[in-house]
Amino acid sequence: MIQWLNDAKLHDSMKKLFPILGVLTAILLIYALYQALVVAPTEQTMGDVQRIFYYHVPSAWTAFILLLVNFGASVFYLVTRRSTADIVALVGAEVGVVFLTVNLVTGPIWARPVWGIWWTWDMRLTSTLVLWLIYVSYLFLRRFSSSGETPLLAAALAVLGALCVPFVYFSIWFFRTQHPQPVLGGGGSIDPRMLHVLLINWLAFSCFAFLVCWSRYRLEKLQREVDAAHAMESLLEPRESVR
Amino acid sequence: MSAPAAVTRVTLLKDLRLEWRSKDAINSMLFFSLLVVVVFSFSFDPSAEESRQIAGGLIWVAFLFAAVVALNQTWAREIRNQVLDAYRVSPAPSNSLFIAKTLGNFIFVTVLEALMTPLFIVFYRLRSIGPVWQLLLVVMVGTWALVVNGTFFAAMSLRTRSREIMLPLLLFPTSIPALLAMVQATTSILSGESAHFWIVLLVTYDLVFTTVCLLLFETVLNAE
Amino acid sequence: MTETAPPPIITVSNLIKQFGRFAALRGVTAEFSAGKLYAILGDNGAGKTTLLRTLAGLNRPSHGQITILGESKFHDICHEVGYMAHPSLLYDEMSGMENLEYFARLYGIAGNSRCAEVIRAVGLDPDLLRPVGQYSQGMRQRMSLARALLNDPRILLLDEPFSNVDLHSAKEMVRLLARARDNGRTVIIVTHQGSLLEGAADEFVWMEFGKIVERTRGLTRGLKK
Repeated sequence: MIQWLNDAKLHDSMKKLFPILGVLTAILLIYALYQALVVAPTEQTMGDVQRIFYYHVPSAWTAFILLLVNFGASVFYLVTRRSTADIVALVGAEVGVVFLTVNLVTGPIWARPVWGIWWTWDMRLTSTLVLWLIYVSYLFLRRFSSSGETPLLAAALAVLGALCVPFVYFSIWFFRTQHPQPVLGGGGSIDPRMLHVLLINWLAFSCFAFLVCWSRYRLEKLQREVDAAHAMESLLEPRESVR
Repeated sequence: MSAPAAVTRVTLLKDLRLEWRSKDAINSMLFFSLLVVVVFSFSFDPSAEESRQIAGGLIWVAFLFAAVVALNQTWAREIRNQVLDAYRVSPAPSNSLFIAKTLGNFIFVTVLEALMTPLFIVFYRLRSIGPVWQLLLVVMVGTWALVVNGTFFAAMSLRTRSREIMLPLLLFPTSIPALLAMVQATTSILSGESAHFWIVLLVTYDLVFTTVCLLLFETVLNAE
Repeated sequence: MTETAPPPIITVSNLIKQFGRFAALRGVTAEFSAGKLYAILGDNGAGKTTLLRTLAGLNRPSHGQITILGESKFHDICHEVGYMAHPSLLYDEMSGMENLEYFARLYGIAGNSRCAEVIRAVGLDPDLLRPVGQYSQGMRQRMSLARALLNDPRILLLDEPFSNVDLHSAKEMVRLLARARDNGRTVIIVTHQGSLLEGAADEFVWMEFGKIVERTRGLTRGLKK
């Protein structure tokens, strides 16, 4: 897996494909937007405001997948200490946090017209908030770590954070059953036409996420290569002055 | 060679002895705990019925503040003369150090809680409808949850800039489910309801996180 | 002059240690034999401390290999190594004896007799109740040396042990270290004060910019700096 990811041929072909994939993703996103705003049936109780649902939900799903990637890559790093795994973990967390933010921002935008309040402590929104806090703290650790072993510390935190997730959901779920609040997005079954639009949007989001992740991965990889080159330079030449 | 349990015991005793000797630390933290309770009483009027209803939450937030102050000095002595290096060079297992430090923090924070609780009870005229032994169980299990993660993150913060802010920054998010459980359990017991789910959640949380922290501590300790 | 050279007890092979872009060790290759006292000298930033810390297992090398007593993992031979640095590695609030009792337990040494013996060996009083934080620097470093000697290590790694130490204490320590060398121990000392070790050291190892540039018998260097 690591070798495949680092394969020069892959990077080359991605370089060529990227613009095409970018355009295709843009088209898909526009199509998905059209589906969400025009084609999808109007929800009976909330009206057109409900359409934000097609952004609110897929962003969460995409985020979960990315954070799962972060967890997997972190465990892989702890076992193998391969720096590629560390970069994948970083990318997963960063882009995952972005999508979580989208979810957190669309929540209030939805809640306000429907219930007249900016925030509702409903189960999903609250859980997303806690998840967001956990992974932002992960990003802070990466930023503030002064040690050369940042990847190790970050991987350890990622494991702890990921293990926390089931507890977050269980605790908030039970809390909500005891203290019910209006639920964003409602419960129960979903109209199949709506499901269809939802899935299209999720596909578009996933493609977009993939492109963003790839770019970020490339960027980080190049940055590390530059750092390694500088380090190699420092290794070969004696320094004029003391650090 | 050096049996893990013996190392834990010896380290814990050493820490307790050192805490006892430099009573400044204990005294200032006890006073801080008192201040927290008083400040809360001014912020959340104890005579109001609503305040008594949220007392379960208030008390745990107060415990959390006290815990962070205690946790921040977990490794202070080991950092001072680079004693941690001496530990790392020795054959003593890192996990023994972790358990010893966690137990030390647990005792320390429990002492602070033991001071704050009677004050809360008196100020907020708290009465428990549910059994008190359950409350004690919740306090034990909840404090362990805070302390085990706190000791681990305190060690992690050693390798960061802005050490003192990193500890709460890392601790609070992962502690949220445990905090929710502690508060809900306390509130339930105070009002005579069942806290069964929350206690089970807390115990599971403790087991999972203690195990993972033990598995990862050596890695974190030696990250330099 | 030498019969058969004793096998090296420490082998360092192309050791590289980088901190981000800064290379503290740029390819150190060396061998250290048993029963010898080595002094590592060099300017600030030469990599002396990094080398010693890497030998003591406190740093992971970026590249290269270290073999101590035939083992590549420090933890396997950690009971044979004593480490001492410029900070005392002792708890300021405990007495010398209390400190040593604690560290003795970390090494699985029971009882107090070894602690008392080692404190006396460095010229201090085991019954002194004064906390280590109130010692003079010379006393503190001697107590730190006692701690390093607790487990009767075959290898002693010392990082600037004589810094800010009074001459009498420093000379005491050199005497002790020379005696340890005579008993077959390997002693490696990083220091700025090479003159203290003249006569005691078997070899002077000169480092510059993360590499060993010369190894001499005495304090005069053959190669120009």
